[in-house]
Amino acid sequence: MNIIVCIKQVPETQEVRLDPVTHTLKREGVKSIINPFDLYALEEGLRVREARGGRVTVLTMGPPQAESALREALTYGADQAVLLSDKAFAGADTWATSLTLARGIAKLGGADLVFCGKQAIDGDTAQVGPEVATFLDIPYVSWARRLEFAADGLLRVERLLDHGYDLLEVDLPALITVVKEINEPRVPSFKAKLKAKSAPIPVYGAADLDLDPATVGLTGSYTQVVKVFPPPARGQRERLSGTPEEMAARLWQRMQAAVQR
Amino acid sequence: MSLIYFEEKCTACGQCLDVCPFGVLSLEGDTLIIGEGCTLCGACVEACEFGALEVPEGAGEKVRPEIPPDGVWVFAEQRHGRLAPVGAELLGEARRLAADLRAPVAAVLLGHGVAGLAPELIAQGADTVYVVDHPRLAEFVEESYAVALAALAKEYQPEIILAGATYLGRAFIPRVATLLGTGLTADCTAFAIDADRRLLLQTRPAFGGNIMATIVTPYTFPQMATVRPRVMKAMAPDAGRSGQVIEARVEALEAAGRTHFVQTLSELTETAPLGEAEVIVAGGRGLKDGKHFALLQELAEALGGVVGATRGAVDAGWIPYSQQIGQTGKTVAPKLYIACGISGAAQHLVGIQSSDFIVAINTDPQAPIFEVADVGIVGDLFEVVPALIREIKSGR
Repeated sequence: MNIIVCIKQVPETQEVRLDPVTHTLKREGVKSIINPFDLYALEEGLRVREARGGRVTVLTMGPPQAESALREALTYGADQAVLLSDKAFAGADTWATSLTLARGIAKLGGADLVFCGKQAIDGDTAQVGPEVATFLDIPYVSWARRLEFAADGLLRVERLLDHGYDLLEVDLPALITVVKEINEPRVPSFKAKLKAKSAPIPVYGAADLDLDPATVGLTGSYTQVVKVFPPPARGQRERLSGTPEEMAARLWQRMQAAVQR
Repeated sequence: MSLIYFEEKCTACGQCLDVCPFGVLSLEGDTLIIGEGCTLCGACVEACEFGALEVPEGAGEKVRPEIPPDGVWVFAEQRHGRLAPVGAELLGEARRLAADLRAPVAAVLLGHGVAGLAPELIAQGADTVYVVDHPRLAEFVEESYAVALAALAKEYQPEIILAGATYLGRAFIPRVATLLGTGLTADCTAFAIDADRRLLLQTRPAFGGNIMATIVTPYTFPQMATVRPRVMKAMAPDAGRSGQVIEARVEALEAAGRTHFVQTLSELTETAPLGEAEVIVAGGRGLKDGKHFALLQELAEALGGVVGATRGAVDAGWIPYSQQIGQTGKTVAPKLYIACGISGAAQHLVGIQSSDFIVAINTDPQAPIFEVADVGIVGDLFEVVPALIREIKSGR
């Protein structure tokens, strides 16, 4: 089984904050991490490989330093890693990103199963997985919490929706986006860590993927950011004191006023 | 493609260095160095007072097509014949946008045996209701829903499509946008119309709500967005409104799908989904034991709300994952959020920042939850919550 896991390198979002007065970003050395949801996607890919055989490839699109995220993914036990990187890819929205990733998957000979985390913690769009599946013209299931292969080779997927959990069957090849409930990611092994250090990581650019530079990056994006600004400041804060009864009475007053607004 | 830098305008003030979310800008003497990893996000362009930075015009040669005729569409989410409240909210917003655009408003209803919901949608603001009734739409499957909505949009040509940013909406709308070859903005919290360019200005939180971004889809139609539930305001239903119902057939639904609904495994019907709740009472590790969620449940019931939890409480096995709020759970935006025994890890705070009013009850005065709380109580939740329940029930 040929398994591809798409990952994204993201800044640890809680460290990114606009100062409401100066409009500048408050940041103490933003650290880059693998998008946390993608670790569950990777773990699920590894588990399918262990149960059904095959290879797990981790794939990302990003600047050259995204290589470190791929190397980290290799320490969990992925077989190989591929970086899609090109100056022309910069500024991509989800459309251009998805097109690039889909071409990367095609370049790797396609996949029986593609895994993505449910969304990235910097953009929070949850769009890239479904869009990659659409570019590849394969079915997909979002928000999976459990996978099981039926005897007939169909993939059975339990997934979370607003009303509860549904069970679906999907033909392969397919793309699955996972929620964190699906598994508990393993700890990187020492052996894989050693191997990851020196593993070759091929880098493909637009030309390698037969992509017209006009269709990728900012130029290929259908959406444009026109303004970035801090969220509105919250109102006056109040710290209550007194007996539990006194505090409860004051709190109930404030709560009623807030809900009536 | 890289950032455009006008060195002659640059004063080397360093403002842009501070705002770059990716830390790729540096100064070498008086010259700005743009390092690898620039995503052209534009934060530095905003910050530069001297106009020394510009994001390259992305689509210089692209020409905007003619404005499509069918106005503002709202995807009217329903399940088993019950409309999701977000549909009425979006119809209310669609009416406001349509007034600026002088365009009609339509609702799209996908399902099986759901045509009876059309009058309700007209009362909520739709001029037209498109209904696609098909057995394959009886339960939600990404592919079938996407095929149906994309086929309708190709035929009737809306200028804008809005859908709720529910699990369901966020699962299939990206496929619709890709099938239609247009942009999509997720989780919007505000809209406006740029009158000069007749563009939909779509504002959404990014970086876990720490930054707001306004996004446009300038060269393709329809302009598509998903919208957080409970952010837009529904209009008062008007049973006297008139509208037309168009039952559309989608040929592509006749082909066998590749994803098949088998069954619903469990329903969370007793309470409103967290995303729709007006009041949420959430508990963290400070509850000490899963059985104490009963106390929060009692408070939630007194307020007509639902119970949520932190990752810590979920990981302890006290409450199911479906109730988890925060970075790895759900993002919520209730009118009232009551955090009980929650310290307020950053990963939890990003999930609650859009709440209108936050109450925190915690024994630790240093807990970060107090930094975001409108009302903070340093105290024992096992004393304060029962007192609050008594206060509410006293009817004062």
